Amino acid sequence: MTRTREPESKSKTSSPSSSSTGMKLIVPLQGVVQGRGGILLGSLIPCALFYFFQLYLKKRRRSNDKHPSSNPPSPSSSFPELPRTPSRSNLSSRGSLTGVRLSRLATTISDDDSAYYVGLNRASRDPYHKLTNPDGIIQLGLSDNTLSLDLIGDWMRKWGSGGDDGLSINGIATYQAFDGVDELKLALSDFMHQVMGGSVHFDTSNMVLTAGATPAIEILSFCLADHGNAFLVPTPYYPGFDRDVKWRPGVDLIPVHCRSADNFNLSMTALEQAYSQARKRGVKVRGILVSNPSNPVGNMLTQDMLYNLIDFAEDKNIHLIVDEVFAGSTYGSEKFVSVAEILESDSEYIDNRRIHIIYGLSKDLALAGFRVGVIYSFNKNVLATARKLCRFSSISAPTQRLVTSMLSDKKFIQDYFETNRNRMRQVHHEFVDALSKIGIKCAKSSGGMFCWADMSGLIKPYSEKGELELWEKFMSIAKINITPGSACHCIEPGWFRICFTTMSLEEIPLVIERIRRVVEVCKSSS
Amino acid sequence: MGHQRLLSKIATNDKHGENSPYFDGWKAYDRNPFHPTNNPQGVIQMGLAENQLCFDLIEEWIRNNSKASICTPEGVHLFRDIANFQDYHGLPQFRKGVANFMSKARGGRVKYDPERILMSGGATGANELIMFCLADPADAFMVPTPYYPAFVRDLGWRTGVQLVPVHCDSSNNFKITREALEEAYREAKQNNINVKGLIITNPSNPLGTTLDKETLKSLVRFINEKNIHLVCDEIYAATVFTTPRFVSISEVMLEMECKKELIHIIYSLSKDMGLPGFRVGIVYSYNDDVVSCGRKMSSFGLVSSQTQHFLASLLSDEDFIDRYLEISKRRLAKRHSFFTKGLETVNITCLPSNSGLFCWMNLRRLLKEKTFEGEMKLWRVIINEVKLNVSPGSSFNCSEPGWFRVCFANMDDETVEVALKRIRAFVGRETNNGKRVELKRWKSINTNKLRLSFNSRRFDENVMSPHSPMPHSPLVRAT
Repeated sequence: MTRTREPESKSKTSSPSSSSTGMKLIVPLQGVVQGRGGILLGSLIPCALFYFFQLYLKKRRRSNDKHPSSNPPSPSSSFPELPRTPSRSNLSSRGSLTGVRLSRLATTISDDDSAYYVGLNRASRDPYHKLTNPDGIIQLGLSDNTLSLDLIGDWMRKWGSGGDDGLSINGIATYQAFDGVDELKLALSDFMHQVMGGSVHFDTSNMVLTAGATPAIEILSFCLADHGNAFLVPTPYYPGFDRDVKWRPGVDLIPVHCRSADNFNLSMTALEQAYSQARKRGVKVRGILVSNPSNPVGNMLTQDMLYNLIDFAEDKNIHLIVDEVFAGSTYGSEKFVSVAEILESDSEYIDNRRIHIIYGLSKDLALAGFRVGVIYSFNKNVLATARKLCRFSSISAPTQRLVTSMLSDKKFIQDYFETNRNRMRQVHHEFVDALSKIGIKCAKSSGGMFCWADMSGLIKPYSEKGELELWEKFMSIAKINITPGSACHCIEPGWFRICFTTMSLEEIPLVIERIRRVVEVCKSSS
Repeated sequence: MGHQRLLSKIATNDKHGENSPYFDGWKAYDRNPFHPTNNPQGVIQMGLAENQLCFDLIEEWIRNNSKASICTPEGVHLFRDIANFQDYHGLPQFRKGVANFMSKARGGRVKYDPERILMSGGATGANELIMFCLADPADAFMVPTPYYPAFVRDLGWRTGVQLVPVHCDSSNNFKITREALEEAYREAKQNNINVKGLIITNPSNPLGTTLDKETLKSLVRFINEKNIHLVCDEIYAATVFTTPRFVSISEVMLEMECKKELIHIIYSLSKDMGLPGFRVGIVYSYNDDVVSCGRKMSSFGLVSSQTQHFLASLLSDEDFIDRYLEISKRRLAKRHSFFTKGLETVNITCLPSNSGLFCWMNLRRLLKEKTFEGEMKLWRVIINEVKLNVSPGSSFNCSEPGWFRVCFANMDDETVEVALKRIRAFVGRETNNGKRVELKRWKSINTNKLRLSFNSRRFDENVMSPHSPMPHSPLVRAT
């Protein structure tokens, strides 16, 4: 009988579920073999078979784990249930010493191997530097804008000390209103008014400030949906949504696929279909989440499309969340239209209580480190809850003061926007042009900090696997980090997001040269 | 109404705890805040555990160290790097500074590894983050009573974690006993509640006491045996102003066999350094998996890079930190002593305490009925008539009625004096039923003596220490 126990204990660390099936095999087999020697054989043979079967399974699983899947295991199996096998085997290999488990969420997070984050990590471990590390990895996977940081540096030099009181902590060290001080809200309201084209008035009583747009999205998710509910989101989408919406709020993201034939513009038919399919599956859809300008494609929602989305949300009694963090980072000829503009012009006919806007200063003002985000909503109940929730993510008081000061300098903001827009336009134009010269076309875009490049001609096979192999080539041969479309849930393989706002005009040739290396490698191997 | 259905359960339940009567005191303060000249009859805020005693030291440091704020010409060349820096690892110099400060606050008896430091949005965010890492919805954490009321929100609102109280009472000065732990654990098990860990606050809020080494060791033994986590909220570590000295869980870990990966520390600069507005919360875990997953979660509450940079400078100034800790201790001791002696003149005792920004005041003899209703009645009188916002023990889930937490470090000396006067007058009225006439005479002699000696003392707390600057109670604004 002890022999039966051995394989069981070995299998416990890999897949407990299969050990119970194992038992179901062994016992009846023993019954089949009669006699004393028979009992021995009857125990030994099935055990041996079982043991080798487990070994085979383990080997297979190990080879599967080597390929990074771009879709992190979704915790959307909405009801608290046991995590699936691979994650459990990972966990118990770490936790089996103490036998104490962390939360299921912790497991999900550690299993998250999205190429988006993997790429960011690898690049940060071997970062390119012109002088000290010219062979390092050039980071083109993080949508940061360093094109105009010099302007902000100049402002700091001139005005950052803020006079005699500027350095004092007087009045800012103590507890502040958790949803942001009034002065900053006022300053942000003015700023957003400027950024969104000068046609919308933002009321400070509709604002809740948070430590960055990241917690803003999370907080809205907590307010608008329960664990296990879902938002519809057009693909390709910003990989960070998977973290902000799914991790702690536990809200699922249902993709609404957009295609290159439409320049990845959203189709209402696809939206309707995704909604009804979700309903059929019994999933409760609580809202639509869109980014405008879009990340990663860089296209903008037209006024018509915004109206369609508003009508759709009204019709289905769901929310519409528009992430407008790139509103001020436009370089094309198209004019950006904020959903707030539509609401203001049509306030009598539209019920604005289901529309919510996310904003922040990380992109338009390049102040990602300062953590300044905004939830703008017309729904009093949502605002009341968000105000309580932002206690977990409030903006640091000295930063509120500094940013208020900067935003209040209207002339500076005006100059910054003009200069920044010109620089972005220039770099974007040059870069896209240079890419097309080596055979890589980009989707049409007018905003954001990236190009959505079509490299489908370079991948083999035409699949996610092929795409990830190409991604690896970029990492190891070209030594640049770009984001593969699968990390953005794009339905067509071969598309890559390349951020251009961390490159100066002078650096473009270097980047193009590195990309060209990979293009050659791919062409020669085909 | 149709739109109520549009909100989530979290948005519509009241697990945020702000509907509790505890917050009525805040509302009263907010409607009628005390000001020494503009509103001397207003409500004095004694329900906010904020440390305002040492701003002058930090202001002085800022004046002498302009590079730290990156807003000055000297510091601006760093700006490019700092403003864009949103790496959730945090600035290495910042983490080193925090590790250094944590070590100093523990007398250098333990060293902390900067690689294990995670950021979060204040201690509020830190407590929530550790729960998200350790427990699933409906799991439970044991917590000794009385405990900080906002634990209900911080530990359980979004996480779905429930709190299992471990009852402590005044018979042994609210010490946590092994029996109480076992009982709470047993009862939880009987009710099919999955206990994932124990969370303690050391120094304690609201008691103001620190745990002795023996108790700490017994807690470690308990969690080791039950194989559950131990979260130690040590945000008041540097507010220990007299003996016994502070013993951190980290110290105890050096002296006994234990499963390190079960132990986690919550820290912050809101209490020890009086910088709650900066929103610096820290999770320090001895568990590698928690560090790795917690770090990713810290994206939801990163400390502003400007603040990180400033604090990196401040906290690595060894001489300043040593001086700060020493002076802060002295000022807290002085304030505590002044306040408790003032209470003693009307025979109000507090639980003997050595730390924290508050006293655990014993008003049991003033209760008309020795029940929680009696406590609430007394509390409303204190808010509405005596005009002090103190916090009733029931809001801390205390098992005995009659205890009140009074904060004393968020105001200047004059305001403390006003508060004491009001308390003395109130207690005098309450006990003035003839029986206490001799006592009163004795009391008045002594209080005169006290007043004289107060005037003749030279306080190094400056006369210009800020009045409680809270224009709006953050909690009320939040509703």
